[in-house]
Amino acid sequence: MIKVKSTGLRAAANVCSHNGRNPLTAMFACDETILGQGYAVYCLFEDCHAHDIKVVRAQFEINEELKYESLTPLFPSAAWYEREIFDMFGIEPVGHPDLRPLVLHESYPEGFYPLRKDIAADADIHGERDFKIATAQGEGLFEVAVGPIHAGIIEPGHFRFSQAGEAILQLDAKLFYTHRGIEKAVEGKTVDEALFIVERICGACSVANTLSFCQAVEKLSEKSVPRRAWLIRTCLAELERLYNHVGDTGNLCAGVGFTVPNNIGARLKELLMRCNEQVAGNRFLRGMIVPGGVLFDIDEEKRNVIASTLDIVEKEYERLVQILSEQDGFLNRVKNTGVVLKKTAIDLSMVGVGARASGFRRDSRKDLAYGIYPELSFDVITEQAGDVYARLLVREKEFMESIELVQQLVDLLNTEHTSELRVEDLTYRAEEGSWGVSESARGSDLHWVMLDKNQKIYRLFVRSASYPNWPALPVALQGEIIPDFPLVNKSFELCYACLDR
Amino acid sequence: MLKLLEAIFAGRIQTEDIDTVGSKQFRGELNCNTAQCDKCGECLKVCPVSAITINEYSRPIIDYKKCVFCGRCVEACTGCALYHSNLEALPEILANSSVDVGRVIDEKTGRSLHVRHLDAGSCNACDFEMGALSNPLYDLHRFGISFVASPRHADVVMVTGVVTRNLEKAVHMTYEAMEDPKVVIAVGACAAGGATYGETYAIVGALDKVLPVDIFIPGCPPRPSAMIVALLAAADLYLERSKIIVDK
Repeated sequence: MIKVKSTGLRAAANVCSHNGRNPLTAMFACDETILGQGYAVYCLFEDCHAHDIKVVRAQFEINEELKYESLTPLFPSAAWYEREIFDMFGIEPVGHPDLRPLVLHESYPEGFYPLRKDIAADADIHGERDFKIATAQGEGLFEVAVGPIHAGIIEPGHFRFSQAGEAILQLDAKLFYTHRGIEKAVEGKTVDEALFIVERICGACSVANTLSFCQAVEKLSEKSVPRRAWLIRTCLAELERLYNHVGDTGNLCAGVGFTVPNNIGARLKELLMRCNEQVAGNRFLRGMIVPGGVLFDIDEEKRNVIASTLDIVEKEYERLVQILSEQDGFLNRVKNTGVVLKKTAIDLSMVGVGARASGFRRDSRKDLAYGIYPELSFDVITEQAGDVYARLLVREKEFMESIELVQQLVDLLNTEHTSELRVEDLTYRAEEGSWGVSESARGSDLHWVMLDKNQKIYRLFVRSASYPNWPALPVALQGEIIPDFPLVNKSFELCYACLDR
Repeated sequence: MLKLLEAIFAGRIQTEDIDTVGSKQFRGELNCNTAQCDKCGECLKVCPVSAITINEYSRPIIDYKKCVFCGRCVEACTGCALYHSNLEALPEILANSSVDVGRVIDEKTGRSLHVRHLDAGSCNACDFEMGALSNPLYDLHRFGISFVASPRHADVVMVTGVVTRNLEKAVHMTYEAMEDPKVVIAVGACAAGGATYGETYAIVGALDKVLPVDIFIPGCPPRPSAMIVALLAAADLYLERSKIIVDK
């Protein structure tokens, strides 16, 4: 960890980013006044060559003015992080081009900084603040407002389109509607108590969030997780990627009203979720991963269920892929729509399918080589076009790859007969930050945890895969038409709940 | 095109009867084998949402509005008395209504039932399961139930998630936009019990703090079959309320 004064953050971050070669993975603050140190801003950069994350910590002395030179002019990907830090802690990035509120909407008063330690977790403070939506002004331009409550069964977000005729000139998204204050809720809880909440940050990324959190806390203990637990965890993580990918493939077709593949996707997803229930007792695979390992085994009966489900799903998915590749009407809609250039993907430090479809080769399973992924054989799938079709292709190929990965894992579970599933009674080092990462269906999901002397959570920061990818959506939509919005949105398939926390 | 037609005619997609029994591993309703219960109270301590109380006969009673079916109480039970059955905990209906899964909505209301989804701060799991209702296996439309795009067209609103500060206004506005009579369903442990994340600066609470709730569906998330049972009950309630309005 590189420790600097608050005034030295920008220079240190610049060095750590290695001239932009190391993407900015996350940025957050921590109120360390109780530890006698004042506030701190952390910047995490991913060093792909060293398979590691470099941490820069900028320290504010007690009573020092909470201002620092903004990083956004250097790294566009810092824009949202800095807005969130200002919302939650009141630490001001001087020179930020757009310091509107991000997380806290109109009912919170100005000057209310909920993640400061002197604010109670259940503080019931009401007031008013300005929440401006960015719009384009000019003769003949008009606005279209959509949400937060949408027409379909989807999560809440408000989208404001500035239109020049049919073309979208600008889109501003007001998100964080499902902000539940989870990072504050877990403070003061034990790791086990917090785990239960972490598992419920997001339904579709339950395994990814749990796995990232567990890895982060496990790094703070001396014990290592048994091998069989890692096999099972990885199997669960890939099962989660599978049901998401197949559901997303189907949903994308709903974006153009193509109902046959939409229903095939929905059916295959249902088969996979039933398989999940048979494996874990919960259709979202909740309640299996714990710090130190897993709670129960994937026994032979369950392995057979997985193998037979995958057999059916693989064949039908191949057919689905073929249908999509042969439909000219469909291809006409998805090709060259919602393009994100590689340069944009790099500037925004995008992750997951969104990054890989634009030729930005990032996959935390390879880049950070966690768990048993280094022993498994798989490729990082990339496409170059960066359009809706490229994101669909990446998803399709990754689906097939994940099936192979689960098959490899089932074979390993069949042949290896170690029985230890969990190390218990973990003790954790206090007042030391630790990160954990896992690759969800949407990309790398990062958790940063610090515990206090009583083994309780002092700070948890969650940067889900959707966080860096959301700002790419307005970019992808510039010049497109509103009817393409659902299609482009679904091609990214971003979580709201993970982002909002 | 040939592949598309082939897929349509392959006839592999088969709609199923509604079944409220889960797989063997499924963590459903909690049962207590009282003979084995040593009254240690461990289940109370480990429950993350305080859904368990002990009654006058020292038996654990589960509040299914709050229960998230995480399995921690079963794991902690020293006498191995508590166990999950693989039956779904069924919706709790707060008004007089009979649940009859076999009958279709048409018989009850003389027309179809229109449902609006409202996310009040959910983790998306309940929303995913609600989306699954329209898949070919559950095929909600066969009961004459459809999801509509606007609350103005809706008879029933299904609310997921604990109500957040940022969504409180939208929840009110959606409810106000619906015509009378209307039925409110709280879907899942967050909307029904509101205890999942505890109390924070950003959370208003369970749905009944904000709207009058008619039906609670337990689960984290509830399975699609439990939601269908609740919707069929909602049709009964809706019919009752329509009669009252007509009588007036």
